[in-house]
Amino acid sequence: MALLITDQLIEDYWHLLEDGAEITKSDNNIVSVERWQRDRDELIPRCGQLGILLKSNEPPDLIEDDIYHFNVICLDFPKFTDGRAYSYARLLREKYRFTGELRAVGNVLRDQLAFMRRCGINAFEIPDDANVENWSAAFNEISIRYQGANDNANVVRPDAATVAGDVAGNWSY
Amino acid sequence: MYRYDQFDHTIVRERVNQFRDQVARRLSGALTEDEFRPLRLMNGLYLQLHAYMLRVAIPYGTLWSKQMRMLAHIARRYDRGYGHFTTRQNIQFNWPKLEDVPDLLADLASVEMHAIQTSGNSIRNVTADHFAGVADDELEDSRIYAEIIRQWSTLHPEFSFLPRKFKIAVSGAPTDRAAVRFHDIGLQMRQNIRGEVGFEVLVGGGQGRTPVIAETIRDFLPKRDLLSYLEAILRVYNMLGRRDNIYKARIKILLKETGLDRFAALVEEEWERIRGGALDLPLDEINRIRAYFAPPRYELVVDPDAAYQAARRSDREFDRWCVNNVLPNKQPGYGIVNISLKPVGKAPGDATADQMDIIADLAEAFSFDELRVTHKQNIVLGHVRLADLHTVWQQLDAAGLATANFGLASDIIACPGLDYCNLANARSIPVAQRISERFADPERLARIGAIRINISGCINACGHHHVGDIGILGVDRRGEEYYQITLGGDPADNATIGEIIGPSFSYDEIVDAIETIISTYETIRKPEETFSDTWRRTGATPFKETLYGPAHN
Ligand code: SF4
Repeated sequence: MALLITDQLIEDYWHLLEDGAEITKSDNNIVSVERWQRDRDELIPRCGQLGILLKSNEPPDLIEDDIYHFNVICLDFPKFTDGRAYSYARLLREKYRFTGELRAVGNVLRDQLAFMRRCGINAFEIPDDANVENWSAAFNEISIRYQGANDNANVVRPDAATVAGDVAGNWSY
Repeated sequence: MYRYDQFDHTIVRERVNQFRDQVARRLSGALTEDEFRPLRLMNGLYLQLHAYMLRVAIPYGTLWSKQMRMLAHIARRYDRGYGHFTTRQNIQFNWPKLEDVPDLLADLASVEMHAIQTSGNSIRNVTADHFAGVADDELEDSRIYAEIIRQWSTLHPEFSFLPRKFKIAVSGAPTDRAAVRFHDIGLQMRQNIRGEVGFEVLVGGGQGRTPVIAETIRDFLPKRDLLSYLEAILRVYNMLGRRDNIYKARIKILLKETGLDRFAALVEEEWERIRGGALDLPLDEINRIRAYFAPPRYELVVDPDAAYQAARRSDREFDRWCVNNVLPNKQPGYGIVNISLKPVGKAPGDATADQMDIIADLAEAFSFDELRVTHKQNIVLGHVRLADLHTVWQQLDAAGLATANFGLASDIIACPGLDYCNLANARSIPVAQRISERFADPERLARIGAIRINISGCINACGHHHVGDIGILGVDRRGEEYYQITLGGDPADNATIGEIIGPSFSYDEIVDAIETIISTYETIRKPEETFSDTWRRTGATPFKETLYGPAHN
């Protein structure tokens, strides 16, 4: 899987720690909620960075008190039709004030990218053979927003001037 | 009427281009049918028995003449010369070719129309009272709020992959003509004790295989909180609604599982967090939209028109049509004209391209350019001077559009059924045609009076059979088309789900069975009683006896 951030492919320096795998000192590990709950005390004091993966039936309130431990939160879309994580993304950004990388993983399709980004997701795991230019173009196909979401949170009917490009990469990564 | 500004134009144009690219990718094979399916469904394009079907959105059923003419053009150019108006105030075209759809959508966009969110698991086209703005009993024009909700819900990034489709209806009058109790969310305008206008919010209603009457989740919601409250409901539903079984995915099932109280508590908690924030709906914005729905410039009519009165006295057909199909507009001297799309022996809700053009011309000449589509699959001209009625009627009559059966036994709601729909168990349209032929005699229709006969070809209930006085449901009995009858349904203020009366009838028997029910009603009803009054008074027994014989009790 390749990792799309803004409109570039980035080398992914994270790796998913399988639930049974041994915890290492320095890798940047993404762990499951289950693993986090079990091995919290062992995971926190390492020098590598920490990320967590929320499955689509694991809402963010499961980790609400721990969010500051994570640099990355992965949201799983097991099927593109399972839209729960769109709401999780908004809650993570707007309720829990998560400012790190919010990454969509799983069945991430080109034609969902723009919606995902509008909900606060800013990194996307996409197929290795995806054409970056073509996928990035998906962000800008619709330049107008009828409703405030995570990208323009202060208006009922955002000003027409708010075009997609203006709000790209709002989060420091 | 709402008119697009630059903003709306841009979004619709960009959406057409986006879909053009998606269709191109499908035609080239870059997208599989599985991958294309959710994309076309976000644009109202279904794959049916014989061909693609495109459903075009008519927001809250209101359109202007130019838009109706475009629908006629589309029927001619991309279809077989007709269109089908649906129970959701939309129109469907049954024969477009996939490669033509982008051009078709571009044509629609040129008159401020689209097919966005007419299908898929999204917030569907918002419906409203079809007499909004002309009925004398309303607090406010419900279309103002339907338009605000349309904008908020269009291409909503968070709510485009809900557990299931989601329908919202708005009623601005105490008499519910929008069936708010049978929608996922119903908004019923109310006045609180301080005289402020807001909404009673109902949630979890629906028809389909599990019909449920919506429950009140909030007695009074101030207008400015409308969107934040809707967002709170949708967010809770999006996270908790079932995703493992499409038959259990509607919000009504979630409500059954959580209970109204717990669901309401979750919504209130989320709403408390977001209210007054991003989605606060300022009065300025409401007024900006309200201006689009300002009443037309009516003439002051002092005396009733003499020629009109004379025409009614001398022309019996015209008089009958006035009695049945014309209602008073709140403006003196004007009427609300109901154009029946239920002529005897025709498919309910179908109109030919030529008929659409004629209706558009009449709207332009006599009704301030405005038309409405009703959920009973008829068309309304809201503001016709009584003095013009005779002319309007003559032109409608010449086009086969003057059937004087509004609200009567042959004004039947029917879904497309087995003639088009791949989910159907049985045909709906021919049953409707045969019933309308049986009850073709205008004297008989008048004696029977108002009655709702609704027909669905399968349990999905697109023909609203649960809420008909008489509901007819197509079922499959060992490969044969059978019809189950329900009685006593009511879509409005006394919302009721019809009761199954007994064993089902074959295609050949069904019309006689309906005749039996109606004759029974005529025999046992008291003066002034409607069908539901009689039904509530007597219960099922007299109907069962005449249908199945006394042994069945
Ligand atoms: S009720 Fe059934 S048969 Fe009729 S249109 Fe709906 S899905 Fe098709």
